[in-house]
This record gives sequence, structure tokens and C-alpha cells, in this order.
Amino acid sequence: MFKAKIYVNYKPSVLDPKAEVIKNTLSRLGQTNVKDVTVGKYFEVLLEGNRDAVDQQVDALCDQMLANVNMEAYRYSLEEV
Amino acid sequence: MKAAVLTFPGSNCDDDLLWAVKDIAGADAELVSAKSESLDGFDLVLVPGGFSYGDYLRSGAIAKFAPIMTALKQFADNGGYVLGICNGFQILTEAGLLPGALQWNTSLEFICEPEPLKVVNNQTAFSNQYPEDQAITLPIAHGEGNYYADADTLAEIEANHQVVFRYAKNPNGSLNDIAGLTNKAGNVLGMMPHPERAVEALLGGTDGLGVFESLINATKGAAHAAN
Repeated sequence: MFKAKIYVNYKPSVLDPKAEVIKNTLSRLGQTNVKDVTVGKYFEVLLEGNRDAVDQQVDALCDQMLANVNMEAYRYSLEEV
Repeated sequence: MKAAVLTFPGSNCDDDLLWAVKDIAGADAELVSAKSESLDGFDLVLVPGGFSYGDYLRSGAIAKFAPIMTALKQFADNGGYVLGICNGFQILTEAGLLPGALQWNTSLEFICEPEPLKVVNNQTAFSNQYPEDQAITLPIAHGEGNYYADADTLAEIEANHQVVFRYAKNPNGSLNDIAGLTNKAGNVLGMMPHPERAVEALLGGTDGLGVFESLINATKGAAHAAN
């Protein structure tokens, strides 16, 4: 069994208005050394199977559902559990 | 001509859209459940606004896997006319029937306002009843209507004249002021403004009626004549 830890973020070319608001608010709170904030989604998916098969499967489900690759990028790690 | 108005769990503009195309514009039309697997007998498919599947994950991200979507893709691939409005536009981009994606409005506010637009391409099945460069006003009602496509895609969209409606005063950050655009073949259109909410003077205007009249004109002589 593997636990996939999946991170989905906007691509750098996409302006994220929520992250901008958070960054500006942190600055207003005096956290003036905060230079950038990225907001994304985090998923944990448990899958049965061997590592290679699960790796391919997670890549496909990110590409087809968990991320919209028109504006988002994804990365993940697999942990045997 | 016979139109299908799709209904997903969480759609909330389906009845308004049916009213606009059937009772006001005079086409034959009926609601079709997202659980249906066939669009046989229809000449036009309308994908309504709302919050399909609660907008879970992303707007339209779950709807793209609804049973009706396989038939919808086939319908579009065969050249059938498809119009997606608001959440319908989001669903069509998620399903890959239209380029790009809809992101949060730059203001992060849900905007519900009459919005001035320009019809920048009246050579489409969706806009042929509008004069060239016609200024119109349609209501918008969305939090995620900020149109995004990467630079190459955007250049291709412009080169192919796929943009049909542009905002006169960009309310949401959409690239190139895009309010509505077609696919490359020109038979699928997505738009964030709501033409179905502007088809009667009582509702504040009739500027949206042209979209439905254009589609009726484009499907004249279609196989499934109105009863």
C-alpha cells in the first residue's frame, strides 16, 4: 500500500489573487520580509499496487482530475505504508 | 430544431435557460439529466450556470465526468452546436471542449452586475443576429470568471478570431477582456455573461435574445423540426 502526497499549485504565469491578498496582509502585519506566498491544494490518496503501477496511476489522476493543467502544476511523492 | 438543456446536480440556471430558448425564443427544447447517456434527437445543447456538484475541487471539475459528457463530446466532435453559460463555460473548459480555464476574479468578489460588452465577432452560429461591434449589456454573476490561457493559446485564439464577446470594462481580470469565445471549429461557445437573463424588457433588457435567435437561425432546417 502506498500513500501519495499530492500538491497542486497555480503555474507561476498565473496571478493568484488569493495569494496576493495573504502576502499583502502579512506585510501589513509587519512581516515585511515575506516576499512571496503560494497557495495550493494538498491531497493524500491511499492506493494498493506496486510502486511503478501506482506512480503511473497517480500521475494520470493528477493530470485528468486533481489538477487543471491549463493553469495548475502538480507534484507528488509516494510513501509505502 | 430541438435543444437540450443539461441539468447537473447544483445547476441553477437550467429552468431560466429553458424559458429563454423555448418560451421566449420559440425553439423546441427540453431538460436532459446529466445522468443521461444520449443526446440523440437534439440539434443544440445548452449547458447552464450554477454550481454543478457544489463546485467541489474546481468549478466544473466533477461535472466533466458526468455520464452525459461522453455524449456531449461526441456531439461536439460531430459539429453539433454547444453553448455553455457561466458554470457551463467552466464545465466546457474543464472537459477540454474549449481552450483555457476560468480562475478567481482578481477582486476575489462574487460580482453580480449588468455588464457592458461588445460583440466582436458576428460571423458565428451564436452571434449572427447582432450587428458587427454591437454594444450590449448582459448580467454577470460569478466569482470565478477570470479567463486565463497561456500566451501561445491566447495568440492562437486571437489569430483564429475565436473571441465573440469582450468586456467593455473588464470586471474580473480576464485576459484580453474575454467574456466569451468559441473553439477552433466554431461550434462550441462558452461565455460568463448570462444571455438567458436578458430576454425580456421586464427583466431589464433583451440584449441576450440575439444569442438564441442566432442559434435558431444557424440550425434552420435542422433534422428535428419544432412540433
